[in-house]
Amino acid sequence: MDSALIPKGVKRCPLWQFVLFVGAVGVVLLWGVYAMLLCWIKGLNQTNMNDFYGFALWIWADLTVIALGGGAFFTGLLRYIFGKEVLKNIINYAVLIGFICYSSALLILAYDVGQPLRGWFIFWHANVHSMLTEVAFCLTCYFGVLTIEFIPLILENRLINRVRFFHHLGHNMHEIMAVFAATGAFLSFFHQGSLGGVPGVLFGRPFAFREGLFIWPWTFFLFTWSAAACGPCFTILITKITEAVTRKKLVKDDAVELLAKISGWMILTYIIAKTIDTLYWATVTVPSKGFALEFFYSNNPLYGYWILFAEIVICGFVPAAILIFKKGRKNPVTLWIAVILAVVGVCLNRWAMVLQVMAAPVLTFESWVMYFPSWQEIATTILPVAYGIILIAIAHRYLPVFPNEPELNPLETIIAEEQEPEEAEAEPLVDQEQELKPAEA
Amino acid sequence: MKEERKHKKAKKYGMVIDLDKCTGCGACMVACMAENNVPFRADESDKLLSITWMRVYKLTNGEPFPKTDVCYLPRPCMHCEGHGGHSPCVSVCPAIATDYSAETGIVSQIYTRCFGCRYCMASCPYHARYFNWWDPVWPDGMEKYLSPNVSPRMRGVVEKCSFCFHRYQLAKEKAFMEGRREVDEDEYQTSCTQACPAGAITFGDLNNPRHAVYKKKKDPNAFRLLERLGTNPKVYYLSSREWVRWAGDNYLADEGKLKKAMHHG
Repeated sequence: MDSALIPKGVKRCPLWQFVLFVGAVGVVLLWGVYAMLLCWIKGLNQTNMNDFYGFALWIWADLTVIALGGGAFFTGLLRYIFGKEVLKNIINYAVLIGFICYSSALLILAYDVGQPLRGWFIFWHANVHSMLTEVAFCLTCYFGVLTIEFIPLILENRLINRVRFFHHLGHNMHEIMAVFAATGAFLSFFHQGSLGGVPGVLFGRPFAFREGLFIWPWTFFLFTWSAAACGPCFTILITKITEAVTRKKLVKDDAVELLAKISGWMILTYIIAKTIDTLYWATVTVPSKGFALEFFYSNNPLYGYWILFAEIVICGFVPAAILIFKKGRKNPVTLWIAVILAVVGVCLNRWAMVLQVMAAPVLTFESWVMYFPSWQEIATTILPVAYGIILIAIAHRYLPVFPNEPELNPLETIIAEEQEPEEAEAEPLVDQEQELKPAEA
Repeated sequence: MKEERKHKKAKKYGMVIDLDKCTGCGACMVACMAENNVPFRADESDKLLSITWMRVYKLTNGEPFPKTDVCYLPRPCMHCEGHGGHSPCVSVCPAIATDYSAETGIVSQIYTRCFGCRYCMASCPYHARYFNWWDPVWPDGMEKYLSPNVSPRMRGVVEKCSFCFHRYQLAKEKAFMEGRREVDEDEYQTSCTQACPAGAITFGDLNNPRHAVYKKKKDPNAFRLLERLGTNPKVYYLSSREWVRWAGDNYLADEGKLKKAMHHG
């Protein structure tokens, strides 16, 4: 029914199967939308946030999706500015993932603020001293850049591409994409950094506070660095998950391996910098405020030294060691492990820099305060995940996201495989009726 | 007029709270809520959700009977000056909804400007900032008793102690009408100061040698909360008890000789 929309030379599952999948995820999405409406209509009393936890799950989700979406700017930088041609096979997907991450971040911010209708105040009454102001400006601008980077892919849809204007528009946009890639990298450097600055400038909160360079605390640089290091791992992870779900190879190994290699070196250098930062913070910054390191990792039910060990060693040095060695990144199992660990590592880091900051007492006569999100917070945090899955499903079905897909999955081979009943059974996502003529139908 | 010109330095309103005098009666909290139209809920037992611009903490020295000692510590907003007016909360607010007045040293909150991002709350180590998780609901008839000088706040914005700034505005207006430029010490006092039956709270211009706070802040027993963080607060505390003074800040094991104070209730 929708075969006219499906890219040339590729095969997709039947429409009913697709609709069923999107519908199932859509139910989760609607659950999130319901929770979001509750928060908008009834207010933030629907959450388990309180006056100790002004920042909680949503801000963590915000910081995390932006870090994970860092794969878009860094891959774009490598592809268009440093001329890593091989990455052209994964850049579309990196942009799509980035687009999802950044639109999710903006959506989360829309229900995180107490007065959403005043959201524009951040632009209109901007405080140039606030890191959040810089985040808002750069994030919005970069979302615009990502949209521009995403548009040519949309224009490559078979039906849209038939329109002469759109065909030429898409082509011309491709031609100048390096400009947007450079702009995106510039903007990303600042908003990723400013997100690091958000906790880093809190001189009233010794767990978060960091010294730095001029107006930028060290977390400014560490957040940018970690996003550039772990963002590509998220891109690889989502690519691998997509390949597993569609049971097809979608990206050539050379693109994944190059990205994994660069990511590995970035993680290694980042984690060394993070270790130095932690050591300096623990031995100089924190004692100067009257705190010993163990204060922040004791007397509470959750935050112990394990979080530091997990973030730096298990989710830092281990994935770096796997990815910088050819053997490690070539082995599918260790590659999976490495990218998962890297993604978990950046999530842990953002968690500590948001939630642990709120949990730790500063006044001597206060105590640790723990927090568990309400179902409304959980649902609204899952909402962007459901939205992302649906957008990926739609984009994968109707847009040529993976340029290598037709080459890696020749139609003749698929057809031949499907004619053998045993094999056809093993591949349920492939249309059984096979009159697909997917491309030119 | 001559007398007024002598004192040219910018004002820096602040407080000195004598903890040896404080009985923990809570009159300052009640007066503050009534004066500033602070909203409340039917059940105020969850202190993580209730709004208390002025909050009285109960501290003990952690010793067993008969050495147990108790201290009540009233905690308003510290109106931190930071370095050059960059108090922890003011510099982070993305929409300039909170401001440091170079004229008075008071940290203000503009409720109609605040869009509820709560970054200021995250930045405040004193937990002096509160979010309106609910719209205020006043018991029947209470609307008539609200102060007309303070705007009630709506759901979704942050609020905090203003050092009863509206009283300063009224005092300024009165002085202007009487042809004066300066406000006398007794013309501008916060509601908590006036309500304290023990006279534990003193309020005034920390820069003005004629104000009581000027001398009191120099008392050898004076200290401020979390001075080491560089917040530069304008609320001073007095206590003759060493453990109370130590409770004002964090110290490493080799710095502090006394056990850490404990908070109850």
